[in-house]
Amino acid sequence: MSKIKTTTTITNNPWQSLSAFTDARIALGRAGTSLPTHALLDFQLSHAQAIDAVKAELDTENILSGLNALRYEGQALKILEVESQAGHRQQYLQRPDLGRRLSESDTYTLQQHRREQGYDLAVVIADGLSATAVNQHAVAFVSALVRELSEAECKWAIAPVCLAKQSRVALGDDIAHALRARMVLMVIGERPGLSSPDSVGLYFTWQPQPGCDDAKRNCISNVRPKGLDIKSAAKRCHYLMQEAFTKRLSGVALKDRSDDALLTASAQSDIFLLTNND
Amino acid sequence: MTAYRYQQGLTLYRFDNLADVMAKASPLRAGDQLAGVAAITAEQRVVAQRVLADLPLSTFLNEALIPYEDDEVTRLIMDTHDKAAFAPVSHFTVGDFRNWLLCETTTTDMLQDVALGLTPEMVAAVSKIMRNQDLILVAKKCEVVTAFRNTIGLPGRFSTRLQPNHPTDDLNGIAASMFDGLMYGSGDAVIGINPATDNVAQTMRLLSMLDEVIQQYAIPTQSCVLTHVTNTIEAIERGAPVDLVFQSIGGTERTNNSFGVNLSMLQEAREAALSLKRGTVGHNVMYFETGQGSALSANAHHGVDQQTCEVRAYGLARVLDPLLVNTVVGFIGPEYLYDGKQITRAGLEDHFCGKLLGLPMGCDICYTNHAQADQDDMDNLLTLLASAKCQFIMGVPGADDIMLNYQTTSFHDALYIRQLFGYRPAPEFEDWLNRMNIFAEAGDSLLQDSMPANFELALRSIEEDK
Repeated sequence: MSKIKTTTTITNNPWQSLSAFTDARIALGRAGTSLPTHALLDFQLSHAQAIDAVKAELDTENILSGLNALRYEGQALKILEVESQAGHRQQYLQRPDLGRRLSESDTYTLQQHRREQGYDLAVVIADGLSATAVNQHAVAFVSALVRELSEAECKWAIAPVCLAKQSRVALGDDIAHALRARMVLMVIGERPGLSSPDSVGLYFTWQPQPGCDDAKRNCISNVRPKGLDIKSAAKRCHYLMQEAFTKRLSGVALKDRSDDALLTASAQSDIFLLTNND
Repeated sequence: MTAYRYQQGLTLYRFDNLADVMAKASPLRAGDQLAGVAAITAEQRVVAQRVLADLPLSTFLNEALIPYEDDEVTRLIMDTHDKAAFAPVSHFTVGDFRNWLLCETTTTDMLQDVALGLTPEMVAAVSKIMRNQDLILVAKKCEVVTAFRNTIGLPGRFSTRLQPNHPTDDLNGIAASMFDGLMYGSGDAVIGINPATDNVAQTMRLLSMLDEVIQQYAIPTQSCVLTHVTNTIEAIERGAPVDLVFQSIGGTERTNNSFGVNLSMLQEAREAALSLKRGTVGHNVMYFETGQGSALSANAHHGVDQQTCEVRAYGLARVLDPLLVNTVVGFIGPEYLYDGKQITRAGLEDHFCGKLLGLPMGCDICYTNHAQADQDDMDNLLTLLASAKCQFIMGVPGADDIMLNYQTTSFHDALYIRQLFGYRPAPEFEDWLNRMNIFAEAGDSLLQDSMPANFELALRSIEEDK
């Protein structure tokens, strides 16, 4: 009776140790030149989980109770719930235009919260393409940001925080316009990756207007514990928003120089591919 | 503007203008429906295709889809049109043009000679009346060769962009994916990083790391950090080792405004990169990415369908003599390309249209997790594009880009194509793979089981650190 030698069907990669540096699917090995079965099915499982994250809903109750505990300048933050014109998830996925527009009734509600001298900043927490991400990290981010704002010299007039359902990034323009805010910050669920169904994106825009160009926005992406951690994200976000406020602009014209110090402190010699190898 | 009429049975169809004919003739896709320009019925679509097939190609020289005075891309297309090159096909209708493209007597040389005489709109028009097999067969006849530190697009060759992204730009994390990719023979089109942090300092840090790796291991390839063109210009001014200038571009002036770019900015960047003289076997220094739907997404489509807007972006790319043009076909999401069928069609159209215009077309064969697509759809498009002789595809570890959060082709996928079609990497890069004993020069298997000595040393340095 002949026996198939199972040990020879897979060629393993001897660089498994590199997985310490990245979550990328490296050193998978190969069957011929194709994916080994276990790696193939790992992938399929992750894809299934990501599809499920797209369908998840915002956990309003938890987010509200988290935000209610926050204080800025001794005051509790006002919180409002709003919705875009996309009625449900399926419509939201197929009609991004509706996800960018604020529902009429919420436009009216926000207008009632305007004030004479306007606001400096409107913060919007939005489900985007991963409510999972927002459910997990939005409160932590907003509280880290509030801490940054509190510690800074310059004080901001903050508009009511909006919790937005079926929302795209540009919904923030409508919200800021209705509230009369000089800047808007969207804290939004990014489309879920295979290895990161919980990634938050930050987008801020100086003087947002309905129909505003994306080139007028700045973006900080991959905010999650295993990506750009929440505290660093809040620091960078605060720094850039302060710059935008001072320079009265945002988008490609606003260069992020928060890392310029790194230029001199580059740890180039610590890269494994470039050491002990001459 | 002329309206177009067509009697089909008892129905008189009317199309408002040329853009309307083009949009209604487009194979069904979500983005055109979203824009409200798609055909309402299946019959209306085919009627529009018949109207289109009967139009002389020269119609597109006389009637601009987006007015000349409103749009710099239209001006560029009209002003750079080569009448002499157009002459051999100038008497054709769109329908005749399809027949001519498919003739066995229409050779690679003839297609190259006519390329500068074709406008993006003519090419978009003919693609709308072609089936997938037509798009594949004609694209396969087109040959576009570009070069920097290696030569891309030669017959029998198939290249890959190694895309070692990392969510925090961790240099060792990036290096780990690069290591993995190189061991699988990936990276001859470019080693290109999408930075998570998009600023000049980060760009320079990543560029110098890529440069050092390429130099230390003497890899005949080029590097790129996919940041905004203004960042790259500044990086060049500050002395960074820039091989290729990257930019996302679209097919209308307003789309490009939304990306914060224009033609003169791109020309300035190209001049700056050329001044560094870093290419060894060629001087194509631009790397463009495009994708159907970007114009509508920026609300800058002027009522023109998304595929025509896409091909106009190639018109812009063409004057900048790029090394690589990459259509990122499924990245934009289901609101523009709903499912695997639409992504597949779009990928084949983009590749065909770019190639016919004379561009070095590659494809980021991809999908996001909110689209109705999966790995089987990617396998299908990959196989079709390879049979159409696509110049290059992406390579990421295990098909999962952990920074951009989407799925594209893997290192393994490229080797599948090498096995299936016998395609080899760019010759300079292939020599390197052979010298390094990564690829096996003879025998049954593509890859060697052993690791090159200098890579093994790098790996050992980690273990010693522990």
